[in-house]
Amino acid sequence: MLYREAGQFKTSYAADQAMFPIVQDRWFILALLLVAYLVVPFTANEYWLQAVLIPFLVFSMAAIGLNLLTGYAGQLSLGTGAFMAVGAYSTYKLITAFPDLNVIVAFLIAGVITAGVGLVFGVPSLRIKGFYLAVATLAAQFFLSWMFNKVPWFYNYSPSGTITTPPRTVFGVMVTGPEATAEVRYLVALTLVAVLALAAKNLVRSRIGRSWMAIRDMDIAAEIIGFRPMQTKLTAFAVSSFYCGVAGAMMLCLWLGSAETEAFDINVSFQVLFMVIIGGLGSILGSFLGAAFIILVPVFLTNAPQLFGIAMATDTQKHLEVMIFGGLIVFFLIVEPRGFAQLWQIAKEKLRIWPFPY
Amino acid sequence: MELLNAVFIAPFVDMWEFPAFFIEVVITGLLTGVLYSLVALGFVLIFKASGVFNFSQGAMVLFAALTLVGLMEKGVPVWLALILTMLVMIALAFAVERLMLRPLVNQDHIILFMATIGLTFFLEGFGETLWGSNVKRLDVGIPNESFEIHGVLLNQFDLFAAAIGAVLVAGLAIFFHKTPVGRALRAVADDHQAAMSVGIPLKTIWIIVWSVAGIVAMVAGIMWGAKSGVQFSLSLIALKALPVLILGGFTSVPGAIVGGLIIGVGEKVAEIYWGPLVGGAIENWFAYVLALAFLLYRPQGLFGEKIIERV
Repeated sequence: MLYREAGQFKTSYAADQAMFPIVQDRWFILALLLVAYLVVPFTANEYWLQAVLIPFLVFSMAAIGLNLLTGYAGQLSLGTGAFMAVGAYSTYKLITAFPDLNVIVAFLIAGVITAGVGLVFGVPSLRIKGFYLAVATLAAQFFLSWMFNKVPWFYNYSPSGTITTPPRTVFGVMVTGPEATAEVRYLVALTLVAVLALAAKNLVRSRIGRSWMAIRDMDIAAEIIGFRPMQTKLTAFAVSSFYCGVAGAMMLCLWLGSAETEAFDINVSFQVLFMVIIGGLGSILGSFLGAAFIILVPVFLTNAPQLFGIAMATDTQKHLEVMIFGGLIVFFLIVEPRGFAQLWQIAKEKLRIWPFPY
Repeated sequence: MELLNAVFIAPFVDMWEFPAFFIEVVITGLLTGVLYSLVALGFVLIFKASGVFNFSQGAMVLFAALTLVGLMEKGVPVWLALILTMLVMIALAFAVERLMLRPLVNQDHIILFMATIGLTFFLEGFGETLWGSNVKRLDVGIPNESFEIHGVLLNQFDLFAAAIGAVLVAGLAIFFHKTPVGRALRAVADDHQAAMSVGIPLKTIWIIVWSVAGIVAMVAGIMWGAKSGVQFSLSLIALKALPVLILGGFTSVPGAIVGGLIIGVGEKVAEIYWGPLVGGAIENWFAYVLALAFLLYRPQGLFGEKIIERV
């Protein structure tokens, strides 16, 4: 009754090609953005911003990046963590080498640098596919994190080997460093994610996005009807790495403040892959839902024993957490292998005819 | 010039001048390689029979080793603990088939792959909840003394590991080629549907394959555990087995063995002769880069089946 497109007539081509063709969707997105911008910063406390919302935004960005590559272009990658590290370390180098550079610009340049690195590690995808490619991207993961550990130039010869973001302002507001408030960092992250997510949503509807999907569905057939596999696969790697790079930069500057290579290890790659799969392959919305799930479940599991008043040794609890997390993932894959995005599709179909049965 | 010398000439001069040391390095590498092969073998078994890329093989190694050590700490004699662990691994195979593989039948490979990563987390958590997470010593009575032949230092334990590996591979080869179950396994590996249509029970085959992989994991767990103690890092050796797999080909048992040996020797030699040039610790990624370079030349691995693609 409330959610249906009946009676919404399109009178122009622009309206027909709109990103959200249904009026209710547009209002919903707008309302969501308004709440995120105007309500959340004033109501959420430091813990929620720092432990839930900012990581959620960071990982949404990374998940969008991986989803472009794996969900849309069909190239399985386990090197997300390394690409995020490239983004983080290049931002660090940029803002320490050019103190006057706008941090947001530095993020984007770091994204471009990561795209370049992604291109290099995407080259094997022209020759190998599937799990072979996944293992090949692990080479990127281990090689890059070793490099950031071993070459002191990357962490400005600091004795501890950690990189710490210096305080920087954008338009007179402190954005990075220890002085920046969680609210400001949240808003910056939100803006970046909103803009880049819209860009991604648009990109996958364009010629580039369609060529990715053609390659994903059957690369030989796509090649025969005239898509160039090299261009297509390499743009997928470049764009995906751009998003992962920006995510890494956000992770360093807006969330952690200081980091070592361990912050971007193989587990991060797996986490992002989980987000993409649980959220739904080939769906921008799914990336957000998956990120929310993977961020919230550990937070819930950590706090659950206190909620229910169960006392437990910390290490037992830690192990139980890991175990339940693994079990939940298998469970969700069995219940809905196509992810939360598919659940949303089903809900949409149901809503369309609600409250009548047909 | 100096760099070229350091990369291309000095290491080889070293090798030539101290052949005993070089042979020692190679042998250490070979023996580590045997252990990698043991882990890779479990991967290959499952991939061949069910097309599942089983990431949890490393966690299975850890789980088996933890169970064995846990039982032995409770005072169970070694032989009984071994049998019990074997039974636990078989029970695990049943559970995996019933609870995970059967509901996920006909899903994409990537979904099954993710499910095995979920299983990895589950097994790591489960094993450590049951048996605790501190490093444990595993002593199943394998001799561990060094001796010298012609100036080359050898370790009894490593030789023992190699022997175990050889026995296991031979046993698996006989099992695969001479027994009815083995023939059924090979049939399933060749073509699921054709195998089903001649009456091979796919579910039973999967249980058998996962059980065998579990037992191989147990053997690998014993060897690694006796070498470096039973601890969480055991589950990370799965990551080391991956380049072995792509080098040898996902579907080839001999490939897993040869790949393991090549990776084992390659990374040891590279670490010792070229590692110092770039600051060391290249063992972590050298295997991957080696495998990657090799893949570019031969995408299906050393012994993998030729990939034929059709529209």
